[in-house]
Amino acid sequence: MSGPNTEYDPVEVTPLHAVEVERSRDEALDAFTKAADLAALQEAKVAHLGEKSPIALANREIGALPPQARKEAGQRIGSARKAINEAFAGRLTVLEAEHEERMLATERVDVTLPWHTPQLGARHPLSLISEQVADVFTALGWDVAEGPEIEAEWLNFDALNFQPDHPARQMQDTFFVEPAGSGKVLRTHTSPVQARSMLTRKPPIYVICPGRVFRTDELDATHTPVFYQVEGLVVDEGITLAHLKGTLDHFVVSMFGEGLEARLRPNFFPFTEPSAEVDLKCFVCRGESVGNPDRPCRTCGSEGWIEWGGCGVVNPRVLRACGIDTDRYSGFAFGMGLERTLMFRNGVEDMRDMVEGDVRFSRQFGMEI
Amino acid sequence: MRVPLSWLREYVELPAGVTGRDVAAKLIRAGLEVETVEESGLTGPLVVGKVLTYENEPQKNGKTIRWCSLDIGKEEPQWVVCGAHNFEVGDLVVVVLPGAVLPGGFAISARKTYGHVSNGMICSSVELGLGDDGSDGIVVLEAGEGTPGDDAIELLSLSDDVLDIAVTPDRGYCLSIRGVAREAATAYGVALKDAADLPLTGSAADGYPVRVDDAAACSVFVTRTVTGIDAKALSPRWMQKRLQAAGMRPISIGVDITNYVMLELGQPIHGYDKARLSGDIVVRRAEAGEKLVTLDDQTRELDAEDLLITDDSGPIGIAGVMGGASTEISETTTDVVIEAAHFDPIVIARASRRHKLSSEASRRFEREVDPQLPRYAAQRVADLLAEHAGGTVLPDETVIDTHPAPAPVVIRGDHAARVSGAPIAVEDAIAHLEAVGCTLGAPATGATAAPLAVGVHSSSLNFLPAGITDPENAGCERFEGDDLWAVTPPSWRPDLRDPNDFAEEVIRLFGFDNVPSVLPKAPGGQGLTVSQQRRRRVATALVGAGLSEVVSYPFTGAADFDALGLPADDVRRTTVKLVNPLSDEEPSMQTTLLATLLRTAERNVGRGATDLAIFQTGLVFLPKADATPAPLPAVESRPSDAEVQSLYDALPAQPLHVGVVLTGALAPAGWWGKSRPVSWADAVQIARLITAAVGVEPTVRNTELAPWHPGRCAEFSVDGKVVGHAGELHPKVCQAFGLPTRSSAVELDLDALIAAGPESITAAPFSSYPVAKEDVALIVAEDVAAAAVEAALVEGAGELLESVRLFDLYTGEQIGAGKKSLAFALRFRAADRTLKENEVSEARQAAVQVAVERFGAVQRVG
Repeated sequence: MSGPNTEYDPVEVTPLHAVEVERSRDEALDAFTKAADLAALQEAKVAHLGEKSPIALANREIGALPPQARKEAGQRIGSARKAINEAFAGRLTVLEAEHEERMLATERVDVTLPWHTPQLGARHPLSLISEQVADVFTALGWDVAEGPEIEAEWLNFDALNFQPDHPARQMQDTFFVEPAGSGKVLRTHTSPVQARSMLTRKPPIYVICPGRVFRTDELDATHTPVFYQVEGLVVDEGITLAHLKGTLDHFVVSMFGEGLEARLRPNFFPFTEPSAEVDLKCFVCRGESVGNPDRPCRTCGSEGWIEWGGCGVVNPRVLRACGIDTDRYSGFAFGMGLERTLMFRNGVEDMRDMVEGDVRFSRQFGMEI
Repeated sequence: MRVPLSWLREYVELPAGVTGRDVAAKLIRAGLEVETVEESGLTGPLVVGKVLTYENEPQKNGKTIRWCSLDIGKEEPQWVVCGAHNFEVGDLVVVVLPGAVLPGGFAISARKTYGHVSNGMICSSVELGLGDDGSDGIVVLEAGEGTPGDDAIELLSLSDDVLDIAVTPDRGYCLSIRGVAREAATAYGVALKDAADLPLTGSAADGYPVRVDDAAACSVFVTRTVTGIDAKALSPRWMQKRLQAAGMRPISIGVDITNYVMLELGQPIHGYDKARLSGDIVVRRAEAGEKLVTLDDQTRELDAEDLLITDDSGPIGIAGVMGGASTEISETTTDVVIEAAHFDPIVIARASRRHKLSSEASRRFEREVDPQLPRYAAQRVADLLAEHAGGTVLPDETVIDTHPAPAPVVIRGDHAARVSGAPIAVEDAIAHLEAVGCTLGAPATGATAAPLAVGVHSSSLNFLPAGITDPENAGCERFEGDDLWAVTPPSWRPDLRDPNDFAEEVIRLFGFDNVPSVLPKAPGGQGLTVSQQRRRRVATALVGAGLSEVVSYPFTGAADFDALGLPADDVRRTTVKLVNPLSDEEPSMQTTLLATLLRTAERNVGRGATDLAIFQTGLVFLPKADATPAPLPAVESRPSDAEVQSLYDALPAQPLHVGVVLTGALAPAGWWGKSRPVSWADAVQIARLITAAVGVEPTVRNTELAPWHPGRCAEFSVDGKVVGHAGELHPKVCQAFGLPTRSSAVELDLDALIAAGPESITAAPFSSYPVAKEDVALIVAEDVAAAAVEAALVEGAGELLESVRLFDLYTGEQIGAGKKSLAFALRFRAADRTLKENEVSEARQAAVQVAVERFGAVQRVG
């Protein structure tokens, strides 16, 4: 029994009538093909696949057929429905793809526009270079040692063989902590960390000590009263000047590139004996500017070498004051100014840029030096 | 020490043609710090001329020039224009001719001036690069000093390079031509003429009577007497020239000669006017209340530690530092007593510092002078006075000498090789030590190597230099370790005391460049410490949040504390102060990073960076109430553990802080809409970011603390300990530092946070059952902290609660004055099952119940 068909009545499809079934199917296929958008397709779907569509109605009539006719009618209707469903699905895929494409096209933006969340900030290059140095030496198996900035005078001077009235002690331009005679100073170098390392660790000692130090210099283009140093110390059996050279050569290559080396020039420091200045082979001209007026080098002033720091074999008096057995152990130490390193390595022309805290100085480096 | 090359050449046979730069390069390799080489920059022709005629010609500009004819040794006279008037016909002058270049690159050519063609010019002292001679005109030579046409460059030793050497404290002997000459001779491998090697004519007896009361402080005292000098005589021009080149001003013949000998030999000399001395010279320490007017006309209160030269009149000089005015050589002096003495370096260094008086003499005595020099130096002064001031040198001579002879140091022949790791043959080491002036001999029977020879005793006796594995091919022998040498340093090298001091001499002459390069193998470290890693993480997190790191000096003072609005009794006003700060306004070390970081922010804002997000890490310095002086233990052995601890304990606490300042807008106005001004909440959030970066969950509550806004300051604490603050700055603080209103700041104790961080993190399982979401809105009094309500919900909800998040805050008429509504999103989940509806609503209700009980919270419906 079929129900009343009040809303849809152009055609009666008799399930047994093959021509009618095929016509209904063809009409459906035609309607789907003609549907220009998803809304039209939806409309056509209701008309041709909905509950009141001719095929649906015809399907319902099957039950009323005599049993012997049901099978054939069922097959006929089923095959038509399958064709209609497939046609709908195919058209739906096409129209959906078209719709998505249109929609995405309308959503196009200008990706070069700025946005309001914060940009990446920046580290200060002095921090970055400290960390880079620390990484070079931790990769060699050294530890990073640290100490306070207000330091005991004994650790800053006496333990390091700066005798109380020796001119070397006066050369350091020291800030003294009140009251006079407090025995405390702002450390004038990172070397007291050496003394602390030897007092608290047992050899073998391999430490690198970056840190902030203080001298009573006025700020100008090449001096600052507050600056950063990095200092290395090794105390072990059989350590020689050759090991110092090998370490400095490795350090130079790590910081400035392959094929470079360090050069030592004899000098005097109370805490090392022998002592030397460290020069590094100019990483820009590699020495080719020397005696070559056509190719002057700004970085090394056409000297071929750049003054970098000081170094030497740890004075046995220092080892003794710090409780190291001088019969068994020897050591070496070296130190460099990090501002100066940045100045020639990264072309910083004025010391003041580095210490005044102008955020633009940090920002030009970001997180790399 | 400024060293004219011509002076050096008197004592070293430098190869012909070597320049100042060549010598500098050699000396630098030998370990002298040659800072600059001044080249004269003068090229001829520069000749002696004799004034034949001149005409005074007044000019329109008011000047009167002279039109001169000069005999310069040619047939025709040379005609030049001259502006000076300090010469007469017949005077010998210095004439520069066309084609020459004067110092400063001043090229000379024939040129038309004042209506004449001037073929060169007559030179002044300044034009010749000799400095101002005070003549206010051209140089007039002494009659007979030259003849017309002579090369004046040669005559006046004008073409002289000058080396400026920064002498390190261990090389006092290089504060003399004699010392530098020795280094140059060794560097070039040429013969040295010792400047002190001169015949002594003194009798070592009958000299001016002297008594030394403190032989430890004054181990040598020599006097010579020269009579009948003409104190008004002029110093010879070559001497003046050399003094000037060495950086000293010519003064008078007596002073110039003593200075000249000091520069040449390194021995400071003092000359007394014999007529003004009264009674014996006595060397003694000062007595209470004694005073002395020194040569620089300063009256100096003497200290009991000062070593004095005295006579019957009282003090006549601070030994080794400066002489007194009362016995000074003057124009009327005829008889001179020359003092050449040896003083203890420490005594002189202390006196020099005490009187803030660093003289050429004290600089040398501080670095210790060759104790064998005084007799030779006094002889040299006497000889020069006789030669140039017409005096007579008496044989009478005072010689007091109690200075101990230098003791030999026993070292192994291979010590320098062991220190350097270089294959230095023993015979080479011996040769280098002899070049330095050491004498070597066999040690006494049974002698052992001196202590402080590092690493000597443990290494195998058959020692192979570092990096050399095949001695045959490396061209070196295995060193035999048991050959000991007794090495006696020369008298001028008191710095050579320890085995390594001698090793340094050998290695520098062997050549640092020849030492091999060997990377030592460390035993393997543990990488960065947890603290070091966490500091990096904090910095990286802050950079990721858009902040930029800056540095500031740690110096501060009352003005900064006032600007921060710190109350008078605020603990942060109690600081560690410096004896000698850079500025009297900033005598203190910072107790808060903000004191200096806000100044840095101010500078940036002043430079136009009004939207600022900066951070800094740095130490703050917190004085101890019972601060004691740090001890100064002896250095001959390791201090005891207790002494080491007392060194550490004497220092102020110096925790590492992190500070943040935010100003202006976090994001500017843009196409997305309005700007996002910085607020207190940004500061608090950044503080939370920092704590999260080190794995710490802080407790946050409102507090009142300068420099923050009293209603907008968050106190951060961990395990009940306050670790810092964050929030908006007080409007007055913004004003005081010139920052935009609503600027915000953070300061946290990074060391404390890092210490509170987790030791390690154990993974917890998490549930894969579905989540149940519930929202709850609670009306509470306005002063109830959201965090406290949240904590109540967490407490009440029990273990089914997975998370709670405040998502809305409302105040307004709907809920009445003095109230606020807080809306929370709760998420529930069980580890082992899907929650049933009634389980969730029961947990929600339990959560609300605690908030109701604790804060009188009312659930908001709808």
